[in-house]
Amino acid sequence: MSVFNQSRKNVIRLIFLAAFAVILLQLINLQLVSSKYKKLAQENAILRKVVYPSRGIIFDRKGKAILDNTTMYDLMVTPSQVKGIDTASLCRILDIDTAEFRERVISAIIKNTRNRPSVFSALLSPDKYAKINENLYKFQPGFFLQERPVRIYPFNTAANILGYLSEVDSNFLKKHANEGYQMGDYAGMTGMERSYEKVLMGERGIQYILKDNLNRPKGPYENGAYDTAAIAGKHLYTSIDVELQKLGEKLMENKIGSIIAMDPKTGGILALVSAPTYNPNLLTGSERRKHFNELYRDPALPLLNRAVNATYSPGSTFKTLQALIGLHEGVITTGFRVACSGAFYGCGGGKPMKCLDKGVFDLRGAITISDNTYFATVMQRVMNNPKYPNQDSALAVWDKYMYAFGLGHRLGIDIPTEKRGHIPTPQYFDKIYGQGRWNYCNFRSVSIGQGEVDVTPIQVVNEMAFIANKGWYHIPHLVDSIEGGDKFGLLDPYKKVITPTDIPDSIFEAVHDGMQGVVERGTGIGAKIDGITICGKTGTVENYYKGVKQPNHSFFCGFAPRDNPKIAIMCVVENSGHFGGTFAAPICGLMIEKYLKDSISGDARKANLDRLSKLNLIPPRIYKELRTRDSLDHLKDTAYLKKTGYWKTTTDTLETDDEPDLKAEKTKSRKSDKDSSNTPAKIKPDAILPDNKKKATKDSINI
Amino acid sequence: MNNTRQGISKGIDTTILWLYFALVTIGWIAIFSVEYRTGDNAIQKILSFNTNYAKQLFFIGLSLIVGVFVLLTDSKFFTATANLAYAFGIVTLLLVFPFHSHIKGTNSIIKVGAFNFQPAEICKLFVALALAKYLSRLETNFNKTNSHLVAFAITLTPSILAIFQNETGLALVYFSFFIVMYREGLPAWYLVLGFSLIVLVVATLLVDKNILAIILTTIAVFVIYLLYSRFKRYRRYTFLVVGIWLLAVSIQRFAVPYVFDHIMQPYQVKRIYAAIGKDYVPKDAQQLKELQEKEKGKKKDESDYNVKQSKIAIGSGGFLGKGFLKGLQTQGDFVPEQHTDFIFTAWAESFGFWGSFLLLGIYLFLLLRIVNIAERQRSAFSRVYAYSVASIIFFHVMVNICMTVGLAPVIGIPLPMLSYGGSSLLTFTVLIFILLRLDADRQMVLR
Repeated sequence: MSVFNQSRKNVIRLIFLAAFAVILLQLINLQLVSSKYKKLAQENAILRKVVYPSRGIIFDRKGKAILDNTTMYDLMVTPSQVKGIDTASLCRILDIDTAEFRERVISAIIKNTRNRPSVFSALLSPDKYAKINENLYKFQPGFFLQERPVRIYPFNTAANILGYLSEVDSNFLKKHANEGYQMGDYAGMTGMERSYEKVLMGERGIQYILKDNLNRPKGPYENGAYDTAAIAGKHLYTSIDVELQKLGEKLMENKIGSIIAMDPKTGGILALVSAPTYNPNLLTGSERRKHFNELYRDPALPLLNRAVNATYSPGSTFKTLQALIGLHEGVITTGFRVACSGAFYGCGGGKPMKCLDKGVFDLRGAITISDNTYFATVMQRVMNNPKYPNQDSALAVWDKYMYAFGLGHRLGIDIPTEKRGHIPTPQYFDKIYGQGRWNYCNFRSVSIGQGEVDVTPIQVVNEMAFIANKGWYHIPHLVDSIEGGDKFGLLDPYKKVITPTDIPDSIFEAVHDGMQGVVERGTGIGAKIDGITICGKTGTVENYYKGVKQPNHSFFCGFAPRDNPKIAIMCVVENSGHFGGTFAAPICGLMIEKYLKDSISGDARKANLDRLSKLNLIPPRIYKELRTRDSLDHLKDTAYLKKTGYWKTTTDTLETDDEPDLKAEKTKSRKSDKDSSNTPAKIKPDAILPDNKKKATKDSINI
Repeated sequence: MNNTRQGISKGIDTTILWLYFALVTIGWIAIFSVEYRTGDNAIQKILSFNTNYAKQLFFIGLSLIVGVFVLLTDSKFFTATANLAYAFGIVTLLLVFPFHSHIKGTNSIIKVGAFNFQPAEICKLFVALALAKYLSRLETNFNKTNSHLVAFAITLTPSILAIFQNETGLALVYFSFFIVMYREGLPAWYLVLGFSLIVLVVATLLVDKNILAIILTTIAVFVIYLLYSRFKRYRRYTFLVVGIWLLAVSIQRFAVPYVFDHIMQPYQVKRIYAAIGKDYVPKDAQQLKELQEKEKGKKKDESDYNVKQSKIAIGSGGFLGKGFLKGLQTQGDFVPEQHTDFIFTAWAESFGFWGSFLLLGIYLFLLLRIVNIAERQRSAFSRVYAYSVASIIFFHVMVNICMTVGLAPVIGIPLPMLSYGGSSLLTFTVLIFILLRLDADRQMVLR
């Protein structure tokens, strides 16, 4: 009977073959065609661990570390191993409650699974670290301490120069795609940390580590054949004098403005103070975000590096440059005299420019007493020079001088966010007045450094170096040398001597004479130091904020000693009122003395130092803004509370119309945040939850 | 071992014997590679008998001893005791219900002394014998529906009992006997019907129900059109076509959803959905809750995770493989149950495509060889039995490997001769060695 079915054996064979063919096809797909599974396998089994080298250290000119590395500790948790530990005592040490404890463990599980360690408490403060380290045996193996290298600033100074580190964001990653950064890394965001990031960061190493199905590391992959070692970041040796920097910051306490001191021979910055400043140690450690928020919202803008990023009209300090141009163009001689009868009438009627001291002055005298009429006349002569067909071309020549002196363009100092300032060009006036419809009288205030001219403090100090050196300068810079050589050519621009003009020494001598007079018997007498010949120039800068006239800025710039200049300096105190000589000159005097004599001598001068550093010159405007900001916050809070309904509940229960207890409200609104995630959490920073902190906006701001 | 020798090796098919040894060796190597870690003292571990590869070595030894006993047995013994053995099998299967031990996720195991005994696993041997005995009876006329029903009862009784023991995989194995019955004259339309049903069910799951209804209707209309325009002789079948169409639509509309929602366990439905690449969310709130309850303790969707890891391990092997003991997925314990149901992944990762090809080749060669042997038997008993062996092995290999490469839902059945486990290895050894005995004695049987 079964013989009839014998042909069916072939059908069965065929079924077998077909089935195996199907499996074979899928195997070809899995093993030969698709690369997806090989990649997934790598991700499964091999952990690519980045090994971070220590960042480079920054030293001052005397070899003191102004920026160093230290080790802080993160408390790490492996959730799967948290069993039967003394939770209460850990909570007591960390100052959290058990609910918070549980929440952190849960968020650790969500972030990194229960078998992988995650950060439980980041960057412990020293006393918390000590307590935990002592009791660690109680919490093991679920908890352990992990080292974290952190920046530390032993002198609490130079925050604006050094800059800070911050976690990189996706924009940064896009920009630096092939430089080995990854999410969660830190990179220099401002100051030298940013401009020398390449040098400081070192080279990252990569370790390939085998892991198992629970993500537990099992040892090196292929005995480390593919690993690369980390190379430590290189140190930077700067020209900063940390003592001088500290003195400058002390002098500028409770003031807004900046001081820059520079070695004119090398262009190396000795001190670069931007006030108000902050303790750079605030931006490391676990409280970083809180501090950053405070600084970021301060109306005095402590995060702004005014030395390179603020622009001012130069005021009378500009006159030194006008003198150089006038003499070199031959429109005046050193003996050229102008009489000031009280104002400059060279433009006929209108609003004449006043001069302070009436009399007849030659060039030296005009610099010394800062005579407005004299320099208005000088610039008028430059503009009306018969050598040039019209004022248009004359202004262009004047511009060329100004550019040569380093104004109107970025100098290229080695910290970011430098501004270019402004020197008015013929095109600029064409735009305002129309082509050919302007002349010198439209902008005569430029002659004395007011009006359409803007400079940065770093440009002013550079121009002082240029005058001190009688015709040449180095681009101002902070870093002298890099450990192991300058591989990226970062320092090349600073080695060049720049000689932008062919102004002869005799012209400089005349200007020096005038500037020496400024300090010895003129407007800058406050800077005078016995035994040092200082050349200087004061400036009193009128300024406006949102169209409203503000108290004058006080300017002083200069160099010393005259014959062998070792320091070029400038100081600006914003909105201090009075004259340039009143505040800026004595500050510069003290700085020069400190640098050249290494200390402040004499009780009178020490008292002066004390007086100046205690002087509060912060304009009322800032305090007003501070108040406005706080009351705005208050309003915002109130609005938020009203929106979320908490306001209502309190007014219902409160019988009086007293201001409700905002603190209590805030804790309530915190809870509401946790409950309802759909309400936008627009609360002021000190109400940000610790967990939100980690996710909150990135730190990079462009200033 | 050749025919010149006398004694038990006389007439034994050495090809099958060699293939058997090759598979057992491959299995042991794979199990070894799953558990061995660099630095282990393998010999000491084998001697101390606490690793799976040590135990598997013991099972191999035991199986060989049992195999020798089988070869020493007179082949008439098997024909004589087939029904008895079947009865014994059913009784043990029934005994499982009151006496089963509580081992993870299964109710199918009886503990006898130190051994775990799984009747549903061993029973397929008895079914093979019983089916062979029934079909080889002179009074059986397999053209009659009656005899079909008896054959179905013989094969499917243990299957139903296995389902009640929560062993879906083992229950499915019994359906492989349909291949045997097909060979013995079961009308082909049984298989076509079964196959069509599977296609219809899968299509129901994959295609939107309205679109599928439209497709089915279109096919029906087209067939009727053909009947009226081309094949006018067959017009009387119109009603049959309409009937089939009605049946198909009602299956896809009502029967499949009903079975999935009310009869099958949610986790089973989920696995079927996972195999075709879909997410399963029970409509019934109660069932949803049950499913979530069941999966609460597991951190990932387990069957999904298994298949993914299994595919990764196989895929990472590439053409040449990672090399013996160098498979990172195997060494990192990424594939769950790798020494038992997913043993193929260990081999495929270590030896890559060529290794997998070789293994499949050995299995295919074995199957075709058994079919050849079956066809050269004089007795119907031996032939049916041989086909049974081939079908069982084929089904196991198919389902197991398809599961590991992601072509079939996760059904826990072992890979013959490779997977770790005494019951499975012993069962297949006895299956094959009885075949060898019967084949060796094929000349003794009168036609």
